Amino acid sequence: MTEDLRQDTLYQLDHVSKSYTRGKERVDIFTDLTMQIGRGEFIAIMGPSGSGKTTILNLLGGIDRPSAGEIAFKGQRIDNLGQGKLATWRAHNVGFIFQFYNLMPTLTAIENVELPLLLLKMSGKERRRRAETALDIVGIADRAGHKPRQLSGGQQQRVAIARAIVADPAVLMCDEPTGDLDRESANSVLETLQLLNTELGKTIVMVTHDPAAASFAKKELHLDKGRFVEREALA
Amino acid sequence: MFRQSLAVTLINLKSIPQRPGMSIATIISVALVVGVLLGFSAMANGFRATVQGTGSQDVAIFLRSGAQAELNSGLSRDEVRLIEEAPGLARDSGGEAIASAELYVIVDGTKRSSGTDANIPLRGVGEDAALLRQNFELVEGRMFAPGSNDLVVGRSVQREFSGFEMGEEIRLGNNNWQIVGVFSTGGTVFDSEIWADLGVIQNLYNRGSGVQTVRARLENPDAIERVRAYAENEPRLNLDVQAEQAYYASQAGATSDLIMYLGWPLSIAMAIGAFAGAWNTLYSSVDRRTREIATLRAIGFSGFPAFVGTMAEALMLSAIGGLVGAAAVYLLFNGVSASTLGGSFTQIVFSFAVTPSAIIAGIVMALVIGFLGGLVPAIRAARVPILAVHAD
Ligand SMILES: Nc1ncnc2c1ncn2[C@@H]1O[C@H](COP(=O)(O)OP(=O)(O)OP(=O)(O)O)[C@@H](O)[C@H]1O
Ligand SMILES: [Mg+2]
Repeated sequence: MTEDLRQDTLYQLDHVSKSYTRGKERVDIFTDLTMQIGRGEFIAIMGPSGSGKTTILNLLGGIDRPSAGEIAFKGQRIDNLGQGKLATWRAHNVGFIFQFYNLMPTLTAIENVELPLLLLKMSGKERRRRAETALDIVGIADRAGHKPRQLSGGQQQRVAIARAIVADPAVLMCDEPTGDLDRESANSVLETLQLLNTELGKTIVMVTHDPAAASFAKKELHLDKGRFVEREALA
Repeated sequence: MFRQSLAVTLINLKSIPQRPGMSIATIISVALVVGVLLGFSAMANGFRATVQGTGSQDVAIFLRSGAQAELNSGLSRDEVRLIEEAPGLARDSGGEAIASAELYVIVDGTKRSSGTDANIPLRGVGEDAALLRQNFELVEGRMFAPGSNDLVVGRSVQREFSGFEMGEEIRLGNNNWQIVGVFSTGGTVFDSEIWADLGVIQNLYNRGSGVQTVRARLENPDAIERVRAYAENEPRLNLDVQAEQAYYASQAGATSDLIMYLGWPLSIAMAIGAFAGAWNTLYSSVDRRTREIATLRAIGFSGFPAFVGTMAEALMLSAIGGLVGAAAVYLLFNGVSASTLGGSFTQIVFSFAVTPSAIIAGIVMALVIGFLGGLVPAIRAARVPILAVHAD
């Protein structure tokens, strides 16, 4: 198991702090957090509500910045990138999966999946082809022409996963990806994530409340009072 | 950036049907603004076209100095004779000036459309009156016989008022008249008049030998200066001498300006309402799409496409409103005839004229409303915080 830790480092966090000011009060979510995330990991982050799980995911995904400290991705700092550069970095390196899918309701499944490709240099034909492939990978190619409201929650989340992987990012950030799904759909979504991790080598960071969901990950981190406690998955 | 903007614009436009009530309300409010603006300008344009088309350049009109309008003017028989001696006037083979001394009074007619009474000018004219109106044409019947109670009526009068059929007898005031002819002057103000023999009018309305105006043909348009110099140097004359065209242009200007003075504030007040409506609609559009916009930002889209998309939605709604308003006014009003008080408090019949430039002005106004109404919501869209991805 220790081989996992010696994998190439994907993320390096050094002395990262994050605090919010609420009124006059300053609330520290973490202070001085130092950690690594290796390539190919599948980490489940668990912890009580308000412990900062979403916050850490936001920092890793480059949609929020630390109050102090450094975050490096593949050796390059991302915490000090300007807005535009950070957006480009996200477009190339991160896929997001949200609890409520966040699909564009007026676009079909395949149009939703094509969205991230609009940010890359690519012909329309190539976009369509890659979107079809992504839908195929998550097993929902037959629903390509459906609008989100014509799909079940589990199917919508699959479309969202296809959108997250279509630009071939190294890492997927999932915030409660099964929080809105029944057990059966949840398991099948989690199996898909597992597959993306093992077969395609995607590094996955997944926040969840659900121990059963966390058991699909290779590693569980428990966040409490701004500290991570590691626990190797049994599965 | 273009591809991003295009994609977000399409997402935006496709989302319009999700807010049908507000979107339709915005379209209607913009349509009303454009409709009112176009309606008033069609009225002003139509009125101006009718009145301005009335005068000719080579007819001089003589009014008492300071009279402004025919109804306020008065000229004695001696003044008429002096006017007819003026140099620069065209003369017939017998050396007589081609001139018509005229006097008009106001009579009541009954409008066909509403059944209500309205004023019609009854003009007493000389024999040359027809020669002094370009495009004068007897459409039916004959001219009045001098000294008789014959009337010839303008085509618009016959169309808009009841009781003026050919051959009918009609009572105007205390007198009975016989309709003997219908004339047209090609859509000018005179089509809204009734003509009779000057002497008969003077007699029936106790005006002695006085008239209000003299119209006379000029040798050429430039001769107006010689005529004016003559009138100024003749101590027995105290006149305003104008080319007929200039006279009617100034009469038209005042009334069509008045129409627009009413029209503009009304459309601006409504435009403010439409602007508020567009703002509100777009604000709520951005509000409802906050999570979508944030999601696009998280994916890597910049804020600018969100601005463009929202602006496109605003402009789309207002452009549709503008077209609906313009089309409605065009279909309902263009060419429809109406009548209004002319410069001399009589009814002038004219047609609404919806001009291309007025339509363009209306559409531009619609787009300005859309732009202003969409501006703040679009800026808000561009500034949606990315962390709103987690909003529920
Ligand atoms: N923008 C913000 N401004 C102020 N406080 C914030 C902000 N975002 C998060 N917080 C606070 O930071 C703390 C951590 O929030 P975070 O969303 O990361 O928690 P979480 O572990 O994801 O909780 P949950 O399980 O409920 O999703 C919470 O106390 C939250 O109220
Ligand atoms: Mg959370």
